[in-house]
Amino acid sequence: MKKTNKGIRKMSVNFDNLDNIQIDVLREIGNIGSGNAATALAKMLNKRVNMDVPQVKVLQFQEVSDILGGAEIPVVGLLLRVTGDISGSIMFILEKKAAGVLVNILMGKPLDEIVVFDEIAISALKEVGNILAGSYLSALSTLTNLNILPSVPELAIDMAGAIISVPAIEFGKLGDSVLFIETEFSEGSTKVVGNFFLVPDIDSYEVLLKALGVAN
Amino acid sequence: MGNIIRIGMADLKASHHPAILTTLGLGSCVGIALYDRTTKIVGLAHAMLPDSSQVKNKTNAAKFVDTAIELLVKEMLSLGASKKRIVAKLAGGAQMFTFTQGAELMRIGQRNVAAAKSKLESLDIPVVSEDTGGNYGRTVELDSESGMLLIRTIGYGTKQI
Repeated sequence: MKKTNKGIRKMSVNFDNLDNIQIDVLREIGNIGSGNAATALAKMLNKRVNMDVPQVKVLQFQEVSDILGGAEIPVVGLLLRVTGDISGSIMFILEKKAAGVLVNILMGKPLDEIVVFDEIAISALKEVGNILAGSYLSALSTLTNLNILPSVPELAIDMAGAIISVPAIEFGKLGDSVLFIETEFSEGSTKVVGNFFLVPDIDSYEVLLKALGVAN
Repeated sequence: MGNIIRIGMADLKASHHPAILTTLGLGSCVGIALYDRTTKIVGLAHAMLPDSSQVKNKTNAAKFVDTAIELLVKEMLSLGASKKRIVAKLAGGAQMFTFTQGAELMRIGQRNVAAAKSKLESLDIPVVSEDTGGNYGRTVELDSESGMLLIRTIGYGTKQI
């Protein structure tokens, strides 16, 4: 184990040996954050939005690109940088089909109408990203007493594997698996499954876990 | 048509002829395809990070460009390939998101490709073609019959290199 002078310090956190307490904490963050996000989404849509209990999942790289049904499935990814007391990024990924449903709900159109991902649709989705990430982070911020600020979102539509590679690479610096929070939102009989990836930069793990009271 | 062998993220495989090696959805990761024209032995790696020396946890050699290339070459040689005949093709290394502030994670694709080229050069393995960069994902298929690398995208067409 060597220490480098490039700011990569000795770490006590590794997803491959996260203990149950830490996973519980992350699950709790997921719960609170997503609950907030569902409420915010309901306000935006002016509809009742339900949310299943979010599931915190830890997967190996080889399996991770299959989470949305296959590495080649088209998905929408929304990525925000996080700054403040911790730094990192937050990503929200959903199937392109589900994103289309979301756009139709937002635009008050029939749910099965085919969506063209034009500027208006993209800015609507970015707004969803803003709201979800913003409410998610504000829950985390309240819980940890840390100052956490999101940037404006960037959006990309491409193969699931390619989009997921972005957070996966960040996790790769730390271990051999990826941690994410799967959340299912439903509005009426329409279900939208989304996946959150909260990826603290290496130096922020200790800050985060200390603030949550679980640093070893 | 040989067996289709799938390579995941942070994974690599080498095979005798006939085989088709494929890896799906390369984003900022880089796909390194190696081929020995005479024995038709092929190898494909899907590497995530440029440099193993900057990371503490390096149990999975296939995760890093430098160690992935070393291991892949070694596996091909043990199948009977000759190092003098191995040539390389590269794909991937895209920048999936564009941020105005040049955060480190945004340039990772470019760095992965550069690392692959410098590692291959140090091993005297020529890069005969590449389809790298851009802002889109790629699925690749390496055919042991021809050494052709087929690249599929969403919205950016299909090509062979």
